[in-house]
Amino acid sequence: MSLKILPKHLFQAWVDRLRTTHRVVAPQEQFGQYIYGEIEAGEVVNLEYPTSVLPPKKYLLPPREELFAFNAKTMDMQPIIEDIPPTIIFAVHTCDMHSLMLLDKIHSTGYTDQHYRARREKTVWVSVECMKPCMEHAFCKSMGTLSVPEQFDIHLTDLGDRYAVDIGSERGETLVTGFTGFWEPRDADYQRMNEIMAEKWKHFEYRLNFDVTELPELLASTAKTVVWDELGDLCLACGQCTKVCPTCYCFDVTDEIDLTLTNGKRVRAWDSCLIEKFAVVAGGHNFRSSRARRLRHRFMRKGKYQYEAYGLMGCVGCGRCALSCPVHITPVDTFNRLHAQRVKAEIAAQVPG
Amino acid sequence: MTTLLKETLENSSIYMPTPARVIETKQFTKLEKWFKIELPSGYSIAHRPGQFLEVSILGVGEAPISVCSSPARSNGTFELCVRRVGKMTNALHGLEPGSMIGVRGPFGRGFPIERFRGKDIIFVAGGLGLAPLRSLINEVLDQRGKYGRIAILYGTRSPQEFLFQDDMKQWQERGDIEFHVTVDRPYPDWNGNIGVITTLIPRINFHARNTIAAVVGPPVMYRFVLIELLAKGIAEGNIWMSFERQMKCGVGKCGHCQMHHIYTCQKGPAFSYAEVKHLEEAFA
Repeated sequence: MSLKILPKHLFQAWVDRLRTTHRVVAPQEQFGQYIYGEIEAGEVVNLEYPTSVLPPKKYLLPPREELFAFNAKTMDMQPIIEDIPPTIIFAVHTCDMHSLMLLDKIHSTGYTDQHYRARREKTVWVSVECMKPCMEHAFCKSMGTLSVPEQFDIHLTDLGDRYAVDIGSERGETLVTGFTGFWEPRDADYQRMNEIMAEKWKHFEYRLNFDVTELPELLASTAKTVVWDELGDLCLACGQCTKVCPTCYCFDVTDEIDLTLTNGKRVRAWDSCLIEKFAVVAGGHNFRSSRARRLRHRFMRKGKYQYEAYGLMGCVGCGRCALSCPVHITPVDTFNRLHAQRVKAEIAAQVPG
Repeated sequence: MTTLLKETLENSSIYMPTPARVIETKQFTKLEKWFKIELPSGYSIAHRPGQFLEVSILGVGEAPISVCSSPARSNGTFELCVRRVGKMTNALHGLEPGSMIGVRGPFGRGFPIERFRGKDIIFVAGGLGLAPLRSLINEVLDQRGKYGRIAILYGTRSPQEFLFQDDMKQWQERGDIEFHVTVDRPYPDWNGNIGVITTLIPRINFHARNTIAAVVGPPVMYRFVLIELLAKGIAEGNIWMSFERQMKCGVGKCGHCQMHHIYTCQKGPAFSYAEVKHLEEAFA
C-alpha cells in the first residue's frame, strides 16, 4: 500500500504509543532463549533475535482452548469464543508469516473455525526482514520463505539508522496513523533498501540440494524407502517437533466435567501425529502403528500433502523442529538424504551390468 | 423446517452440538445397539447415505457415527447403530428412550447416489459395515424402479452378529433383489452359507460394464473384496467404499482422519477405488 520511514530512535516511542491501544507481544529473552510474551511498560521490543521457542501461532491456537460450556443434565450449551484484546504481534520472521498464510487457509477452507477467526481478526502482524540466518537449522531460502508473503500488515526493514515501514493492509495502516515520527521515503531510502535486499541474500545458503518445487514429487517417489524405517528407529515419538512447528494445528478434543457430573466444558488441546494413538479408530485398528509410518506422515504433510490439499507448502523452513528434536532428526538432512538416494537409484538404473 | 447442518453452521461455534432425544432403542447383539433419535421440532437431518454425524454425550465425549436410516425414511428422526468399543460408545449403550445426546453434521460426502441410477448394484457389507450401507440400500429400494438388478451380500463372523434382522427378513422376502448372507465358520442351527464375504461375489452375474458396487466393512476386508470385484471387470470408478477414520472434529481441522493429503471427513468417508488406489495409507 505505502512505504514510510521511521528513525530508529523513535521506534520505542511508536511501540509505547501502540501499547496504549493494543496488547503488544514480541519475543523476549528468558534464560538465553526467546519466548513470545506481552511487552509491559518500559520493556523494549527487540527486532533482532535468533528464533522464538514457540512460533506466534499460540496467539491464534492456544495449547489448550475451551470450545463451549455445558450442563449435562439440562443440555444447555454456551459457546466460548475468546474475545482477546486487540493484539500486535511484533518482530515476526518471514517464515512465520508464511505459516500464517497456511493457518488462515486451513481454518477458512470448507467450514470456518470461529474460534480461530475471532482471534485472527483481533491481531495485527508486524514482520521483519531477516538480514542473516537466525540459527543453524533455518532453511528459509530453500523453502522460498525468505521474503514476506504478499498478505502482510506491516513489514519492517532495517536500513541502519532507520526502518523502512512497509504498510500492506488497512489494519497495518491503522498502526501508523496518528504517530508523527514517520517520514515519507526519499530516493536515498529506496536506494538503501535495494542495496540491503540485494546484499542480504548472500548471507543465506540454499540448504536443500534440490529445488523445493521438486519436493512433493521426491517424497512421493521415496515413500517406501528404508530411510523411513531408519529414522523411525531413532524417533522417540515424543511429538516435540509438532509442538514447535508454526504450521502444525492438529488437536484432540476432551470433555472436562465437575464432580457432580453436571457442569463441564469441551476442550481442545494440541495433539501430535507422532503420538501412537493419533490414527487409532474405534475398535483399536491403528492406521499408523509404527514410528516410521508416523514420522513419514509428518514429513509428507510438510513437503507434499498440505501442498496438494491447500496449494501451500506445509514447511516454512524455520528449523524449530530440528532444534528441538532430542535425537537430531532434521528436515534438511531427511529431504537431502531422500534426494541423494533417488539420484543414486536413477544412476544405478542407467549403468549397465 | 431447517436442516441440522444449517443449525450446526449457524451456531457461533462449529464444535457445539444440537440437543437430540433418544426415542427408541433395541439391543441388536451383545456389542451392537440400535437407536432412534428425534431432533428438536422443526429440524430435519437431510443427510446423504454414507454421511456421518458427530454424536456427543456431554461430559463423556464425541464420536463420529454413520447414519443408518435412509434419507427418505428419516426426517425429524434418524437412526444409529453403535458398536460398544470404547468409553464413548459404552456410555451410548447405557442410554434409553428419553436420554439426551448432542449431534453435529451430517458431515462428509456420502455415496454419489445419482451415479447408481440405472445401474446394476452389488452391495457388500461386512459386520457393522451394514449400518452405513443400510442407509443407501433402503434409499435405493424405496425407489426400486430407478435401478437395475440389485444384489446384497452380507457377511458376519457368526449368526449371533446379524444386525437389522427386520430389514434382512424383508430383503429375503422381496422377489426383486438377490440377498445372500454368509458367516465365517459353521455354527449349530445355521444352515446357510459358510465362508468369508468374498465367497459370495462369484454368484453374482451382472454385466460388469453396467455394474456399480458399494462396499463397507472392516479395514481388512477391502483388499479381498476389491480383488474379486476388479476381477469381475467392474470399473475402478464404480467401486465405492466407506473409510473408517478417527474423525474427531468432522470439519477438516483436527487432522486425525487424514489419509494422504485428504481429510476423510471432508472428501469421504465414501470414496471410489479410482480416487484412493494411489494414496498411501488408504488401505490399512
